[in-house]
Amino acid sequence: MAKNNAAAPRCGMNSEDNMIEMDWIWGLIGGLMIGGAAAMFLLINGRIMGASGILGGLIDGSGRSNAAERVAFVAGLMLVPGVLALLWGGASTHVTSNPIVIIAAGLLVGVGTRFANGCTSGHGVCGISRFSLRGMVATVFYLLAGGLVMVAFRHVLGVI
Amino acid sequence: MKRNIFSFLAGGIFGAGALVSGMTDTTKVQGWLDVFGAWDPTLAFVMGGAILPMVIAWRFAARRSASVLGTSLPGPSSTKLDNNLITGSVLFGMGWGLAGLCPGPAMASITFGGWGGLLFLSAMAAGMLAAPKVRAWITPQDAQA
Repeated sequence: MAKNNAAAPRCGMNSEDNMIEMDWIWGLIGGLMIGGAAAMFLLINGRIMGASGILGGLIDGSGRSNAAERVAFVAGLMLVPGVLALLWGGASTHVTSNPIVIIAAGLLVGVGTRFANGCTSGHGVCGISRFSLRGMVATVFYLLAGGLVMVAFRHVLGVI
Repeated sequence: MKRNIFSFLAGGIFGAGALVSGMTDTTKVQGWLDVFGAWDPTLAFVMGGAILPMVIAWRFAARRSASVLGTSLPGPSSTKLDNNLITGSVLFGMGWGLAGLCPGPAMASITFGGWGGLLFLSAMAAGMLAAPKVRAWITPQDAQA
């Protein structure tokens, strides 16, 4: 069964055409904020803003030397959108309710980002912007893998 | 202390950007990856918007010997392509497609993602912890190197 709730209204807007038109603008604004945060983290703190690396270093202990900086980052990352979502009147991830899919996905993301030493923010945003070969290659492979998973698990198997 | 304050701010702006852009909504991420479904181009605008300030930031960084707070700046990026990068990116991409969540937005949505978000984060943390063992199991010689 193909699940398709992409047309679910967001921010209280109920006209679908209007929403799709607005979505790329919000995408661009949010993207500029993400890039602005990464630019600030690079120029002020001297660090690459990679979400998986910052968290991973805390989880496996490899980032003990600058743990406080990592904790502060994760705290901001978790709390600020939480407050915004409250002011906004709630937000939803629309994540699947299939626990097996969620566990498999989480394990794959955890293992994969540690292997590759980066995710969408580190390899994607911070890597591509400095024309890093590793960042570009990683991005090509995770996009392809994600696309193939959609074909296999949504269109062929119908699980997601 | 300043480092921690700016780190908190960077995390906060990143999270706010993830929410505003729609990247904490898994339907938008999966909509982008689902080229054969109701394709959603939003992610391209998010990526483009995020890369733009960083292109400029890397130019500034290249002219500086240290960060504003005096810490060292990242060295030149490695050009080494190895199996870990490819295998890891494929595994990450598979998980990203399955749930529509990557590490940044997964953390940004912890307060409103419900039990599904918490389960994803727990599994992701377990995967991060297990990664060295999985690596040793897949490629014993790489892990020793």
